[in-house]
Amino acid sequence: MIGLPHYLVLSSLLFGMGLFGVLTRRNAVAILMGIELMLNAANLNFVAFTKFVDPTFVRGHVAALVIITLAACEAAVGLALIINAYRHLETVNVDQVNLLKG
Amino acid sequence: MNAEALAFCALAAMVLVGGALVVYSRNLVHAAVSLVPTLLGVAGLYVLLHAEFVAAIQILIYVGAITVLILFVILLTEGATGLRVRQRNEQVPLALGVCGALVALLWVVLLRVPWGPAAGPLPPYNPGAVGRSFLMPYVLAFEVTSLVILASLVGAIVIARREE
Repeated sequence: MIGLPHYLVLSSLLFGMGLFGVLTRRNAVAILMGIELMLNAANLNFVAFTKFVDPTFVRGHVAALVIITLAACEAAVGLALIINAYRHLETVNVDQVNLLKG
Repeated sequence: MNAEALAFCALAAMVLVGGALVVYSRNLVHAAVSLVPTLLGVAGLYVLLHAEFVAAIQILIYVGAITVLILFVILLTEGATGLRVRQRNEQVPLALGVCGALVALLWVVLLRVPWGPAAGPLPPYNPGAVGRSFLMPYVLAFEVTSLVILASLVGAIVIARREE
């Protein structure tokens, strides 16, 4: 029988993988992909808690839908910033974008 | 093993293998394409959790829109995302340690808390319940989210536009 702990273990693994991507990638687009993985792990937790702990008002579904919307916003703005940075600096590697470094 | 456990194991394997490819693949196009099975697997898990509406939105927005957007940006910034560019920084051992420690901490905390039984059944028709929740108690969150998405879309257009 699949219960809440299975989903929690899976989502924490997914979150750890996303964090690993954010910490080790040099390319800003790949960092964004890691952030998407982390957001998905959080969403999975919300929906799992809705089913197993607090189902009456589907609060977790509401939170998951808001997070999906905000992830779309974040992707749109982030990718626009990446395109603009590439146009000016000819790179999207975050360790080479250091104009403000003293 | 019943059908639900079998479906869970298959979807979990899909999510984990896809996620590992996303963070590990040297070729960024491969990484972006492996985002698709990961997000589809999460959508399948939503269906397994009786959240059909969230699963549909996940497929529409994540699999449909965000992945295509990411692929377009990889295409537009080819000079920096090519195969000859080193894709990984020198923090790999440190990051492995940090992520392992975080996952271990999450397991210890999350599995030790007694979450208790469900406080009732799920509503039989989910999209209706989600709509009622959005329009009755969470209408403020709904409106603020719509404001945020409007502002961010305008901002994205302004930022990405070529200056004359």
